[in-house]
Amino acid sequence: MPEQLYFEDVSEGREVAALTQHCDSQRLVHWAAGSGDFYQIHYDKDFAQGTGLPDRIVHGALKHALLGRMLHEWVGDEGRVKRVACQYRGMDMVDKDVICKGVVTGKRTENGENLVDLEVWTETAEGQKTTPGTATVALPSRS
Amino acid sequence: MTQPQSSVITDEMRGHIGKESEPTTFEVDKTACRMFARAVGYTDPVYYDEEYARSRGYRSIPVPFGFLGHPAYNPNAPQRLGGYFRFQTPFKRVLNGGTDIEYFDTVCAGDVLTATSKLADISERQSRLGPMLITVTEFTYRNQDGKVVATMRGTGIQY
Repeated sequence: MPEQLYFEDVSEGREVAALTQHCDSQRLVHWAAGSGDFYQIHYDKDFAQGTGLPDRIVHGALKHALLGRMLHEWVGDEGRVKRVACQYRGMDMVDKDVICKGVVTGKRTENGENLVDLEVWTETAEGQKTTPGTATVALPSRS
Repeated sequence: MTQPQSSVITDEMRGHIGKESEPTTFEVDKTACRMFARAVGYTDPVYYDEEYARSRGYRSIPVPFGFLGHPAYNPNAPQRLGGYFRFQTPFKRVLNGGTDIEYFDTVCAGDVLTATSKLADISERQSRLGPMLITVTEFTYRNQDGKVVATMRGTGIQY
């Protein structure tokens, strides 16, 4: 894990280190078992195409979880990822990269916690933003 | 906004808004935490190594963000009407429209969560795939001490 990030170190506009995850069909099978979502559009090509999709698609909730991992790796051992909210506006196809990004939109202190609000999203390698969202993390203070 | 000629939202559906469901039990165990973490590509040992997690101050392996345990699947339990959705609709296809998860406390392997849900909102819209029914369901998760540890708002799209 990288060096600990502190509340005093971040300000509005700071970018989160991007995270890229290649989602092949094996990863989607791992996610199906890990999440309990066995809907066949994610691992059965014939079934996916039978519903009108071009091929198997990445589970929306996996993209939500990937945004969570991006933030977990950013906040360090002493930080906490509190909330991630996102909408699955566009599809991500199997065998492509899902690229997670984020930017700080604000900071606040509430009930003794130092909170940082962010805009987060996933995009395809072509730059299409498929999963817009927001997040809140808690960071330790140097004081 | 123009209403579709025949709205698919019935008074019965609207009547479900705000009604709390029966509770469902979600168990959090180490293997499930590891499987979730592995699927998402985590390398942080805290999600795999219980001894390391304890050295970090956790009582056991904590849940990776987004994980809230698994319900105890039982093939002999009666199927709820409509499955995930509490009412029948004319739509056969479903898509996940969005997820909003917030944690209020630490959740670790060994915890048993009890969740209730309620329909928070129901709406419809016309899309290029035809009419769509959009539901927002709110889940509240309490741990074995009765503390609210997390909430999840899930958006479902039926079309």
